Parts: sequence; C-alpha cells; structure tokens
Amino acid sequence: MEFVQDLLTTFNFIVQGLWVTISVTAVALTTGVVIGIVLAIARVYGHPSLQVAVTVYSVIIRAVPVIVIIFILFFVISRYVNLSPFWAGALALGFASGAYQTEIFRGALQAVQPGQMIAARAIGMSRLQAIQSVVLPQALRLALPAWGNEATLVLKDSTLVFAVGVPEILRRAQQVSARTFEPFLAFGVALLLYLALTLITTQALRWLERRYRLQM
Amino acid sequence: MTTPILRIEDVHKSYGNLQVLKGISLTVHPQEVVVLVGPSGSGKSTLLRCINLLSPPTKGRIWLENQDITAPGVNQDRVRQRIGMVFQEFNLFTHLTALGNVMIGLTKVRKMRKNEARDLAMFELERVGLADRAHYYPAQLSGGQKQRVAIARALGMDPHVMLFDEPTSALDPELTGEVLAVMQKLASEGMTMIVVSHEMGFARQVADRVVFMEGGVVVEEGPPQRMFEQAVHERTRTFLRTIEYMRQAP
Repeated sequence: MEFVQDLLTTFNFIVQGLWVTISVTAVALTTGVVIGIVLAIARVYGHPSLQVAVTVYSVIIRAVPVIVIIFILFFVISRYVNLSPFWAGALALGFASGAYQTEIFRGALQAVQPGQMIAARAIGMSRLQAIQSVVLPQALRLALPAWGNEATLVLKDSTLVFAVGVPEILRRAQQVSARTFEPFLAFGVALLLYLALTLITTQALRWLERRYRLQM
Repeated sequence: MTTPILRIEDVHKSYGNLQVLKGISLTVHPQEVVVLVGPSGSGKSTLLRCINLLSPPTKGRIWLENQDITAPGVNQDRVRQRIGMVFQEFNLFTHLTALGNVMIGLTKVRKMRKNEARDLAMFELERVGLADRAHYYPAQLSGGQKQRVAIARALGMDPHVMLFDEPTSALDPELTGEVLAVMQKLASEGMTMIVVSHEMGFARQVADRVVFMEGGVVVEEGPPQRMFEQAVHERTRTFLRTIEYMRQAP
C-alpha cells in the first residue's frame, strides 16, 4: 500500500516535467526543421560559397557532442543575451539538430528526379518557384522516414537540457530520487514516460508516412 | 510569305570540350509541323533544349516571334511560357494528380484563380481524352496516359510552339498510337510543332517538313514526300531507309 502511495507521489512529481520535455522537443524540432530546410536548399541550389559555408556548419556541429553545444550556447550566449535555461537549452538542441536535418533534407532534395526540375522550368517556373512547388513537396515526403528517426533522437536528447537546470522529466526524476532515496522508482517512472512518448511519436510518424507516401 | 514564328540562326552548343551543335540554322513558320530525325548524338534533343532556353546556345541567335530570346537580359522564364515541351520520360509531377499537374502551371505561373485554373485544366485533359482520369496520380496511369497528361500540361500554358522530344520512345508499341493521335489532332488544330521522333509513319502523314540532322548539323531538309522518296544526300537516304526497315521488321 505504501509502495503504491510512493509510486503515485513520485509519478505526480515527475510527470510535471512531461510538458517541459514536450516543449523542449517541439522548440528544438521546429528550429531544426527551419534550419535544415533552408540550409539544404542553400547547399543544393545556392552559390558555391554558400554551399561551402553550409558544409562547414554541418560537419563541425555533427562532430561535436550535443551536450557540449548546449553548454557552449548556455554559458557563452547567455552572457550577452538574456535567455532562460529552457530557451538556451531548447534552441541549442535545435541548432544542433539543424545540422543533422540539413543532411537529411539535402539527401532528399537530391533524391528528387532531375526531370522534375526540368519540367517545372519548361512550363515557365522560375528556379525558386520550381523548388517551392515541385521539388520541395516531393523532397519532404522522401525525407519523412529519416526525419522521423531524427525526431525520436531529439526527443531523447531533450534530456540533455537537464544539465543546465531545465525541470524536464530527467531532472525531476533526479530531484525525487535525491529526496526519497528511491532511485529505482524515480528512474523507473522516467523510463516509462520516455517509453510512452517514443511509442506515441513513432505511431504518429508511421501514420504520417503512410498518408504522405509518394507513389513513384 | 508569312513571318516565321521561329528563326534559329547559326546555333552552336558545347558542353565543355564536347561540341554537340555545330551551326544549325532553321526557320519554322506558324502552324508548321517539323519533324527532326537523325541518329543518336546528332544533337536533336540538344537543339530543342536550346530553343526553349533550358540549355541556351553557346553561340548563335534564336528569334521567337521576332523577339531575340538569346539576347542578354531576356527573361528566360517568360519565354518558356510561350514554348511547350513534352519529354521522352514524361516528367509528370509525382506528388500531384493529373488535374494537379495541369493546374499547377496555371495557378503558379499564369496566376489564375483556382476555379478558372480547374476549368481550363479539365478542358485540356478532355482535349487529350483523359478527363475521366483527372484525379489519378501519375503512378496509376499507363505510359500513354502519362504522356497525354504531359501534353495537356504543356497545352495549359497556351504555348505558341510545342516541342516534342521523342514523345513515344519510352512507350510500349501499343501505347504509341494514342499519343500520336493526340499529336496529329493538335497539328490539325494549327499548332506549330517541332517533333524529334523515329516514328516515320507520323512524319510521313503529319509533317510539313522533315529535317535530317547528323553530327550536329542539318544535312538535309524538305517535305516528307521528297525526303523519303528522293533525298538528295546519300546519308539521308541510307538513314531513312534503315529506320523504315527496322520499323517494318517483324
């Protein structure tokens, strides 16, 4: 009986971090998507100097552990800009994910058949219109499986922001564990919450993939 | 003598060190159907892509309705609105239905309102005999149907000239007929057409002029009757005879 009581108290405390985890993930993914699509287009269709710049960003960021990027952005940027741990952490995560998403969308853009762009130009579309109306819609659909994978990774990496004090699931589990000396219970609950989040996300992604599958 | 709709003057095209077109001059009159024939690598497709500026000439000039479209500063996108192109591999937009394929040029390029665009798109699909397939995706269509949608898509832009780059070469023999029929109908409606094709039957029946190209130059041109029966150049005779023989062989 006491066990169940403990469990409920623990659960209630940790689950308040659920919304924070979801928010961090949402902000990071959105930032990452914007960076990813814009830079991928620059990389595939842009001026050579732009292509180099994007490649440099992509290579460096992907070579550095995400936690290091979060620390750098939090401890360095926060000196000059007034950023809460939540925003510093989430944006840093988004910035890091952006590099991976750039590669994903780049691959997808290049996977679209060249004839699509040619046909779009042939009916009088400008390069930009062709990218926007013909190539990008197809690329996004092609990118969905790989992007879904990145999305679940970002969800799990969202725990990293605990290191700068953001009260998401892991941080709250730590706090409970320190207070109650019941680490198994605390981290067990955290585990279950992450499991649930990942399963729901995976199902949602699978639904999206089926709905927008490109018939080739 | 009517003013030519298209004037190609001494056009050259090189890709790096490779010279594909070595001085092509050609005049096309309104409502004329010109069929370009020649062996692979003769530059026929390259010439088409020069005409609609997909791959502009490295030297020479092209006039479309008295406008020098090879002049610097010309808005190439707008020029392409007046020239329709149909490709060997169809190149239909895979994420759109047949109707969507025809509509997208109307809404995005011609800036029409959705309802107007839909009506015009349906009209063009009817014109090629595919109104009942309007909501099908390209993957659900046969090769001949795909190519007819591609023709409708090009027609939707209200082109002054239509370019066809081996429109039936990627099709099964049974499906070429439906596409050639649409092309013949277009010709009878007065469309100016330049067609690269090996379909000699079409050339004989529909072409006003047959142009034989080889090695990046025009070897000979003339009305189909003369070209097929009494070509001046030996090379022309040999080529046309081989093509005809191959098509008639069981």
